[in-house]
Amino acid sequence: MSKSSGAVAGVTRATLAKDLRLEWRSKDAINSMLFFSLLVVVVFSFSFDPNAEESRQIAGGLVWVAFLFAAVVALNQTWARELRNQVLDAYRVSPAPANSLFLAKALGNFIFVAILETLMTPLFIVFYKLRPLGPAWQLIPVAVLGTWAIVVNGTFFAAMSLRTRSREIMLPLLLFPVSMPALLALVNATTAILTGELSAKFWIVLLTTYDVVFTIACLLLFELVLHAE
Amino acid sequence: MPDSSPIIAISALVKQFGRFAALRGVNAEFGTGRLYVILGDNGAGKTTLLRGLAGLVRPTRGSISILGTTNLRAVCHELGYMAHPSLLYDEMSGMENLRYFARLYGITDQHRCSAAIAAVDLDPALARPVSQYSQGMRQRLSLARVLLHDPKILLLDEPFSNVDGRSAGAMVSLLAQMRNAGKTIFVVTHQASLLESAADEFIWMDAGQITTRTRELRPLEKR
Repeated sequence: MSKSSGAVAGVTRATLAKDLRLEWRSKDAINSMLFFSLLVVVVFSFSFDPNAEESRQIAGGLVWVAFLFAAVVALNQTWARELRNQVLDAYRVSPAPANSLFLAKALGNFIFVAILETLMTPLFIVFYKLRPLGPAWQLIPVAVLGTWAIVVNGTFFAAMSLRTRSREIMLPLLLFPVSMPALLALVNATTAILTGELSAKFWIVLLTTYDVVFTIACLLLFELVLHAE
Repeated sequence: MPDSSPIIAISALVKQFGRFAALRGVNAEFGTGRLYVILGDNGAGKTTLLRGLAGLVRPTRGSISILGTTNLRAVCHELGYMAHPSLLYDEMSGMENLRYFARLYGITDQHRCSAAIAAVDLDPALARPVSQYSQGMRQRLSLARVLLHDPKILLLDEPFSNVDGRSAGAMVSLLAQMRNAGKTIFVVTHQASLLESAADEFIWMDAGQITTRTRELRPLEKR
């Protein structure tokens, strides 16, 4: 491993550990996300009261929209921490690579959203009587790729909107249009697996491509965002 | 023979925020191993000048050269910046904070963190989070963060605000020691008299410009 990639890995590990420690102590992001998702599950379940067949048709959209909205809460929280006491300036004046901060934040957000998904999925299954008719194992790569698609762009745009006056509004405004292809792929892949009518492979390939393109773009551009005034 | 070339050279530096000019054509040179105290009213441009030296704000016009380069990212490991806010995580203890910031400079030696925290007269074993520290303790921990990577240039913005007299005196002694060890130190403060004995030069700023540089504090500032 070269010296610079070693430095990136070291700072990424330290920043990720710091973020996990801060979240473990405050539970700001996890609690807000859980509360929001729980409301969506319960309210929509009572509003529609779908049968098993209807559930398979709508659950893909419902689940991923709920996770996307909940993720926005976490994305705002993780950067808000860096603004308190202007701690981000301490990072900006250090020689630490900008990409380490981005990767650590994106990985942290991925872990938080993955925990949310793990906790909420059983509730979705119970409330919406879900039983996949297609290959259920494909839900795992769809969830992993989809979650990364949401957090990688979300982490980038949350950092971009940090210095704006109404950043809570700015993040969804920037994130949702860019996330549309990923959301489309996620919903269609999930629906295809749940109904068993079509193959989800095309959507999985689309999600993989989306992840690769946007991860590279975010890594290339993050230094500009971090050091912008 | 001591090096007489300036460690920092500022040339026609202008910094504008929208239509407001925070710095209006600052020209100055600063030598190695000296303690400079920057004084002036609120809005004089002291903090903007310090943030410019730290590389946190880019000049609108003009240039800043540090250690012979205008690429401040290339010399950021030689700079230590202490801002008016603490730049610390409230939810972590002092040592946890320092361990994290040490990693940003590639320092893995725990003893460096303990030494920095002890240098500012805080207990490395103090486990409570920074949110429970007094304002003075936060200021001292903030100074410890700056000292961690042993920078050549220290940029300190209001280091004595809310620090009690005894601790402020100890901080001044520490700064004098570091200056004697060859470090160049800039202190922005409204409590100039604290540094009267230690400072090499007092720099007055007004309306975004350096107006006066003197070796002694004027009677009006001896408060």
